[in-house]
Amino acid sequence: MDIVELSRLQFAVTALYHFLFVPLTLGLSILLGIMETVYVMTGRPIWRDMVKFWGTLFGINFAMGVATGITMEFQFGTNWAYYSHYVGDVFGAPLAIEGLMAFFLEATFVGLFFFGWDRLSKVGHLIVTWLLAIGTNFSALWILIANGWMQFPIGARFNADTMRMEVTDFMEVMFNPVAQAKFVHTVSAGYVTGAIFVLAISAYYLLRGRNIALAKRSMTVAASFGLASALSVVVLGDESGYTAGQNQKMKIAAIEAMWHTEPAPASFTLFGLPNMKERRTDYEIKVPWVLGLIATRSIDKPVPGIDELVTMAKTRIKSGMIAYDALDKLRSDRGNTQLRATLDAHAADLGYALLLKRERADVQNATEDEIARAADSTIPNVPVLYWAFRLMVAVGLWMIALFALSFYLSARRQLDRYRPYLWIALLSLPLPWLAIELGWIVAEYGRQPWAVEGVLPTFLAVSSTSASNVLFSLMGFFVFYSALLVVDAFLMLKYIRLGPDAAIGRTAHEEAA
Amino acid sequence: MDYETLRLIWWALLGILLIGFAVMDGFDLGTAALLPFVARTDGERRVAINTVGPVWEGNQVWFILGGGAIFAAWPPLYAAAFSGFYLAMFLVLLSLIMRPVGFKFRGKVKDARWRSFWDWSLCIGGIVPSLVFGVAFGNLFRGVPFGFDADLRFHSTITLFSLLSPFALLFGMVSLAMIVLHGAAWLNYKASGAVAERAARAMGWAATAYTFLFLGAGFWVMQAQGVRITSAIDPNGPSNPLLKTAARVQGAWLQNFSDHPLLWLVPLFAIVAAGLAVAFKRRPLLAFLMSALVPVCTIATAGAALFPFLLPSSSEPDMSLTVWDASSSKLTLGIMLGAVALFLPIIIAYTGFVYRVLHGRVSEESIAGDSAGHY
Repeated sequence: MDIVELSRLQFAVTALYHFLFVPLTLGLSILLGIMETVYVMTGRPIWRDMVKFWGTLFGINFAMGVATGITMEFQFGTNWAYYSHYVGDVFGAPLAIEGLMAFFLEATFVGLFFFGWDRLSKVGHLIVTWLLAIGTNFSALWILIANGWMQFPIGARFNADTMRMEVTDFMEVMFNPVAQAKFVHTVSAGYVTGAIFVLAISAYYLLRGRNIALAKRSMTVAASFGLASALSVVVLGDESGYTAGQNQKMKIAAIEAMWHTEPAPASFTLFGLPNMKERRTDYEIKVPWVLGLIATRSIDKPVPGIDELVTMAKTRIKSGMIAYDALDKLRSDRGNTQLRATLDAHAADLGYALLLKRERADVQNATEDEIARAADSTIPNVPVLYWAFRLMVAVGLWMIALFALSFYLSARRQLDRYRPYLWIALLSLPLPWLAIELGWIVAEYGRQPWAVEGVLPTFLAVSSTSASNVLFSLMGFFVFYSALLVVDAFLMLKYIRLGPDAAIGRTAHEEAA
Repeated sequence: MDYETLRLIWWALLGILLIGFAVMDGFDLGTAALLPFVARTDGERRVAINTVGPVWEGNQVWFILGGGAIFAAWPPLYAAAFSGFYLAMFLVLLSLIMRPVGFKFRGKVKDARWRSFWDWSLCIGGIVPSLVFGVAFGNLFRGVPFGFDADLRFHSTITLFSLLSPFALLFGMVSLAMIVLHGAAWLNYKASGAVAERAARAMGWAATAYTFLFLGAGFWVMQAQGVRITSAIDPNGPSNPLLKTAARVQGAWLQNFSDHPLLWLVPLFAIVAAGLAVAFKRRPLLAFLMSALVPVCTIATAGAALFPFLLPSSSEPDMSLTVWDASSSKLTLGIMLGAVALFLPIIIAYTGFVYRVLHGRVSEESIAGDSAGHY
């Protein structure tokens, strides 16, 4: 493997791993806030016990999230140095603001959440818990503003003097429609994860016939919060689909394995076997109209297919070559205004010309063959996206059904009545993580070959460090993270088995006495 | 505000963030580094850990924010420094990753070997970053072999072992002594019993070591080759390090001090503060504030010597990164300045509130029996 593949693998491993912990932190922080609010409003100690118990599990998970997040903040510099140079002027700002506005808040108050029970008033501690939850959620907002820009790079333009993208309108970067849709979709998915976590572990207690009062109350909160969140994930997932339909047509076409443009309104393929080599999908089962409605919100606009998008990419590559030629000449003739005008006119396609860098250094002299190969390289891995998307959606629909059933049972106060239901709730525990990791794959693997859509190809974005360095760190992270995951799972299981009484500790005994 | 002023402000803010990290995260790194030495029984170790338990997480954000701010305000520096120091950075990340899990997981199992493992992990997690950040500064003074191609793609011949020269290791020792002093001053202020007493003794050793190492590094820098810009400077020019010339000159890092002799007060204060921290150790809060001045003055000394250089190149000095050619665009610097001006006072306010809530010494009695809250 070369340095590009190693760096991509390392980023995928560390990001997917970090993303095992973040969604649970997002969801549990809000659930803790809700439970503690009930405690402060009703004064019933069982609600405080719930906050302390779920808080203990939250703490174990939070430590892992923080530990693996440290890597993410620095990995752009260590492994994606050219990316950092090329788009740091835009991409760095939301990351820094995340630290200022969100992570400081979250990390400062997480200490008081655990250590402040005896030092703060009831309301004081409640405020601390909500500040922790707000910090966590703001954190996700700024990270997704940064990520949204990689999917839909607006509010910036190329500067030939500094050889990089620079911000022209920060409001556009901040209020990027893709970022907004992704933010709500992603935090809702986090809320679903938190809700399933509480639901499944409470179901385990009910199955064992222990801690029944605490488990039933926890399930009631999880059921209603989870139902609202699961509906929001799907609705906002649809919003993501719509915004992606506006700017990442290739991603939509690949998810659908739609090789040719279909007459409007496009149909959605429920099942099929995408064939990358022959560029067709075998054994398709189609549902008419659905894709057209999702991607264009209309019945008369076509959704372009992969072949047509490749042809469009060829045009953009040729336009980009003109931009690159002007840029190259500008290096020795910095004052030439005519060259600058040519560059500006074609700057939007410069990224497409950079796709040719894999073929040759002097991309302005590329041959038709090389252009065709570069245009083909804009097709992401169709079968992976096709299946990852379908599995994710299936899990999402399952969640809605599960939460709707839970909500119904909790309204009828029959949560502990049906053992098969409790088993289903318990066994659904891993599903949100599956959906979330698949969602990451659809969004980020589906962005390939781009690091920043249409602006910077991934293979150019890497650092110039040696491949052996990256191999070494990749193996290091792999071994280290695997060991930590074992310890994390061990502690989680230990504290779930010990149950609420152990987590609440002395306080419970005092009350009993 | 013009581009030049924004760049100067962001150079100062870079220093302030590094100082924030060294002062705030410094005392908990120092506490962790001292952990197995000043605390011997499990009860003592819990005292030491719980002095920083509720606050280290917030402190570490200074480090994360430092990374984010360099990314946003000095993207070429972010790209060059972190990819150039690849394996050193990897070591720092691994040792920092051990901290959140070490603090959180240690107390979760009552087993002597389990706890001892996490104690040593925390200790290494305190020592390695302190050492490596010092080594990184040493390499700034020494210059590192790097350059850029016409597309501004960074290239270098740096290896982990080329970073570990005796010169740079001396800087690493300065940094470690400074952090240990600060951690000892914290424990002297916040812990109690035997832990506080041993920490008070450690202060004397650390301050002495710091003073000699700092002076030694200073004399070595006087002999070393610095870098000086030899072409005209355009402080409002584009951020492109290919547009200037520079040369390596012996003693160039003293130029700012001979131009502005008042700057000599900064390193002088560093040494005086280290001495005063020890002298005041029976008035622990004052001693801690003095030990906090040591990183302030040490980092300020380095900044004053290196200005306007951010990352000097030893192989292609022309391509060194400076304040004038390695910043973000004017617009980004302005937006980020607004964000800092808005949020930093708020951060300082709520951090102050948290420390006030947590006032008082930590003792074995104060954390006894409470299985839920304390580590």
